[in-house]
Amino acid sequence: MKLLLLFIASIIVNNFVLSYFLGICPFIGVSKRLDSAVPMGFAVTFVMTMTAVITWIINQLILLKLNMPYLQYVAFILVIASLVQFVEMFLKKFIPSLYKAFGIYLPLITTNCAILGLALLEALKNYNFLESIVFGVGSGLGYTLSMAIMAGIREQLELSNIPKPFENAAITLITAGILALAFMGFSGMIAL
Amino acid sequence: MDKKPAIYHFLKGFWDENPVLVQILGTCPTLAVTATAVNGIGMGLATTFVLVFSCVVISVLRKLIPNEVRIGVFTVIIATFVTLADLFLKAYFPDLSKALGPFVPLIVVNCIILGRIEAFASKNNVWLSFLDALGNGFGFTLTLIVMGSIRELLGKGTWFGIPVLLSFYKPMLVMILPTGAFFTYGTLMGISNALKKIKS
Repeated sequence: MKLLLLFIASIIVNNFVLSYFLGICPFIGVSKRLDSAVPMGFAVTFVMTMTAVITWIINQLILLKLNMPYLQYVAFILVIASLVQFVEMFLKKFIPSLYKAFGIYLPLITTNCAILGLALLEALKNYNFLESIVFGVGSGLGYTLSMAIMAGIREQLELSNIPKPFENAAITLITAGILALAFMGFSGMIAL
Repeated sequence: MDKKPAIYHFLKGFWDENPVLVQILGTCPTLAVTATAVNGIGMGLATTFVLVFSCVVISVLRKLIPNEVRIGVFTVIIATFVTLADLFLKAYFPDLSKALGPFVPLIVVNCIILGRIEAFASKNNVWLSFLDALGNGFGFTLTLIVMGSIRELLGKGTWFGIPVLLSFYKPMLVMILPTGAFFTYGTLMGISNALKKIKS
């Protein structure tokens, strides 16, 4: 039951984009069209889940056991960078169609702060192994959800009459503000 | 190869190529830590520290780093300075460190830093890289202070913790919540775009 609550909480209540402000750069950069936003969301979900598992192992079984938590940042970013590289090579070799669909977005995931944020939050909140996996999958799906909503809205925005200085990034941020307002309605629903 | 005077590389970060409003880099900390002006200043200075030191180190090493593994090398250097900044803040400014939370370690993936390294420090000499990093860092800090001041003033009625608005002003709580962050950022970006257009 606690795992289910954590899952729902990480999708909507503690949405990475709209309440933690993590992963904003790709959120603004890639959310122009629905058909690139959703694959990006799923790529992030996949990397997030893998990161959650591997950084948990490294953090709990190596760094904390050896009493070296100050190496966390260096270790985490190396894990993420090599993980993204590995996923890229794996997809290129075995699922080339998916590799083509992700294109440039795949290597860019390394600098997506949502991934490192996930690893740090997981270490901060001291989740156990199962909780970490659930947290990773849930946060990834929450990210995909907000990307999809935003892309849907932006496709409509293109048709509307926006004041010139506010075009593109500025109007996207203000729209995100309204979305965050809507997501605030979920806060307090689940206390964790 | 570059005919512009050295001072230009320092000044461009403030307005012409402001990292937050024009390059749209480092958006996550901009939105997350600007609920008060003090947090903005702390975050800005921590980022400036990491930016300046990693740009200088990378500029010194730029001929030794093989092109294929450069991103990995850059990230490790950045992560080292971030760890230093984090430990320093924890030791001397524990309150600020708590308020900034995971956003201090997240400086590692702040795109301003990797962006300036990739676009400037890995191609230019140490002095120019230093000026460029310092200018961008101060531009970033300045924007964070402006955003933090607006949000703190409207959301709490205070500035740097001192009450400045008269007591009949009812603070708008929404300004210090995520929504207010997005609104302030979007509006500032629109205003700066409009100002640029008038100038040209």
